[in-house]
Amino acid sequence: MRPILDIQALYKSFGDAEVLKNINLKVGEGEMVFLIGPSGSGKSTLLRCCNRLEEPTSGAIWMDNTNLLAGDTDINRMRQRIGMVFQGFNLYPHMTAEQNVMLALRRVQGKSEAEAREIARRELDRMGLAERFGHYPSQLSGGQQQRVAIARSLALGPRVMLMDEPTSALDPELVGGVLEAMREMKAAGMTMLVVSHEMRFAREAADRVAFMQAGEIVEYGTPAELLAREGGRARAFLGGEH
Amino acid sequence: MNALIEQFFNLEVMAQAFPFLLKGLGVTILLTLLLTPLGLALGLALALGSSARHRGLRRAVRIWVNGFRGLPPLVLIIIVYSALPFLGLRTPPLMAVVIALWLNSSAYYCEILRAGLGSVPAGQMEAARATGLGRAQALRDVVLPQAVRNVLPDLASNTIELVKGTSLASIIGVSELLHMASNARSVVYNASPITLAALMYLAFLLPSVRLTGWLERRRRGA
Amino acid sequence: MDLSRLIEVYFNAGVAWTYLPDLLHGAWVTVSLSVLVIAAGLVLGLAMALLRLVLPRWGVEVMRLWVDCLRAVPPLAVILLLYFGLPSVGLSISAFWVIWITLTLILSAFAEEIFWAGLEAIPAGQWEAARSTGMTQRQTLADVVLPQAFKICVPQLTNRTIGITKNTALGTAIGMPELLNEAQTALSFSGNATPLIMAAIGYLIIFLPLMALAGYLERSMSWGKTA
Repeated sequence: MRPILDIQALYKSFGDAEVLKNINLKVGEGEMVFLIGPSGSGKSTLLRCCNRLEEPTSGAIWMDNTNLLAGDTDINRMRQRIGMVFQGFNLYPHMTAEQNVMLALRRVQGKSEAEAREIARRELDRMGLAERFGHYPSQLSGGQQQRVAIARSLALGPRVMLMDEPTSALDPELVGGVLEAMREMKAAGMTMLVVSHEMRFAREAADRVAFMQAGEIVEYGTPAELLAREGGRARAFLGGEH
Repeated sequence: MNALIEQFFNLEVMAQAFPFLLKGLGVTILLTLLLTPLGLALGLALALGSSARHRGLRRAVRIWVNGFRGLPPLVLIIIVYSALPFLGLRTPPLMAVVIALWLNSSAYYCEILRAGLGSVPAGQMEAARATGLGRAQALRDVVLPQAVRNVLPDLASNTIELVKGTSLASIIGVSELLHMASNARSVVYNASPITLAALMYLAFLLPSVRLTGWLERRRRGA
Repeated sequence: MDLSRLIEVYFNAGVAWTYLPDLLHGAWVTVSLSVLVIAAGLVLGLAMALLRLVLPRWGVEVMRLWVDCLRAVPPLAVILLLYFGLPSVGLSISAFWVIWITLTLILSAFAEEIFWAGLEAIPAGQWEAARSTGMTQRQTLADVVLPQAFKICVPQLTNRTIGITKNTALGTAIGMPELLNEAQTALSFSGNATPLIMAAIGYLIIFLPLMALAGYLERSMSWGKTA
C-alpha cells in the first residue's frame, strides 16, 4: 500500500529536552493508525509535527511527493490536505456551526459564499447536525461541537486527518457519537492518524497501532499482533478496559 | 535641536522653578489625600444605593451617577466655581475643585465598587447571615473585602485618574503643581517648568501605572 | 431663595435663545474634535497592539514605557507643553490640533494596552485551529482572533474612550472655542449662568448616548450566550 504520510528520522527538542527521537512511521492510504502510550510520551507532539503546528528539529515528513519540512513547501497549501481535530474542539465561538465550516473554504480555497455554504451544510449533515447549522458553539453539546470541528476539517477535502484525543474532553455519554463519526470516515476511505485513550475502539477499529514511550515508537503492529506479544508493554496498555 | 532643549529642557529655568513647583506638588498631594477617601466613601454609599431594595432610590442613584459620569470634570469644576455664586454661594477655588472632583470621582468609584459587589457570590452573604452576622457586619467583614480584592486594579487605576484630574484645578487658579508650572512658564517665557511638572507627575504616577498593570495581570492570571 | 430667581439665573429663556447659536457652534467643535480623536486614537492603538505581536523584546519595552508615560501624565500638562512650547521652536500648531494630537496619543496608549490584553486572552487553540485549516497568520488575526478580542475589549475600551474624549473640554484652557469655552464666554457677557447649564446639558446629550452604545455593543456580541 502506498503511504500517504511517510515520517522519516524525525527529531524534536524543546530546549534541552528531546521529546521525539528518531521517529519513523508510514501511514498508508485509507489506514487508521493509533498512537498510544503513557502521557508525556510525545504522541501529541508527533501529531502536531505532521502539520507543523510544532516545528520538528530535524527529519522529513513526506506527504505524496512533498516534504512538509522543506523550506520551499507552502505549508498553508498543504494544511488544507491535512485535517486536524483537537481535544478542546477549538471552534470559533463568534461564528455559527455553518460559519465555522465555511471560513477556510472562503478564505483559503476562495470559494463563493453559496458554494461554501452548500459544502458546509453537506458536511454538517453527514455528521448528523442538519438541525444545527445556525447554532453557536455555546449552544451545542461537547459531542456536537466536536462533530462540527470534524466537519470543518473534512470540508476542505483532506487526504489525511490528524485527531488529537478527539473524545478526551467529552462526557462519557457523548463519546459514542464522535467514535461513530470516525468509523464512518474510515468506511469512506479516509486516512487517519489518531492519538486516543479509547483502547476498546483502537482494538476494534485501528489498522495499526504505534506504542510510544519517552519520545520513541517502541512497538508497532496490528492490534492483534500487539495483543499477542508476550511481555510487551503495549499489550497491557491496549488490553485495558477503556 | 538646541532650540528644542533650550525651550523644553532648560535646566537653569527648571532649577529656578523647582521650589515653586514643590509647593504646588504639596497642594496636589493634599488634594489627593483628601479626595481619595471622600470619593471612595461616597462611591461605596452610591454603590450600596444602586442595589437598594427601594426602587425609587435605586433609580435616583443611577441617574445621579450617570449624570456625573457623563459630564467632563472640568465642566463640573467651572459650574461649581462660576455658576453657584449666582445663588449667593461663594465657592473659593479650592473648595470648588474638591466638590466637583468629589462628585466626579465618586461616580466612577461607585461603578467599580458596584461591579465588585456583583462579583461576590450571593452565597457569601447568605452564609454570613446564617452564622448570625447582621447585614452591615456581613457586608463589612465578608462581602466587601472580597469585592475590593476583585476590583483592586480598577480602584487603583481610577485613583490615578483622580490624581491626574487635580491638575484641572490650575484652570481656576488653585496653586497646585500644574498651576505653579504654568505661572512660572508665563514669567520666564519658557516651557521647561511644565516639562518639570510633567516629570514630577511621572515620578509619582509612572510607578503607580506599572503597579496597576501588575495587579491587572495578576487578576487575569488568577 | 425663591424659584423665580433660580429660573431667572439658571434657566433664562432669553439668555438661552441669544447664545444658542454660539453654543451650537461650540458643540459642533466638540463633536468634530471628539470624532477625530476617537477615530485616530483607536486606529493608532490597534496598530500599536498589532505591532507588539512582531516587535523584538527591547522594542516592546520601549513601547511599554511610552504607553505608560502617556497613561501617567495629566492631559492638561501635555496640552500646555505643546501649545506654549512648540511655537518657540518654530512649530505653530492651532489649539484645535494641539488638543487632537494630545488626546489621540493618550487614547492610543490606553487602547493599545486594552487591545493587547484582549489579544493575549484568546486561547492558543484558536490560532492553531485556524492555522490547521491553511489560513495564514493575517487571515487568522482578521477573521478569528480580532473579532473575539474586540468583544473582550469593548467595555473597557468604550469607558476609556468616553473618559478621554471628555477632555476636549480642556480646549477652553488654551482658548479653543469648544462647547465649554463658548459657555464661559457667554456667561461673562450675559452675567447669567444659563449658558453653563446649557453646556452641561449639551455634554450629557453628546456623551450619554455613547455610554448607552457601549452597553448595546456588549449585548450584541453575546454569540448565542444569554448576556
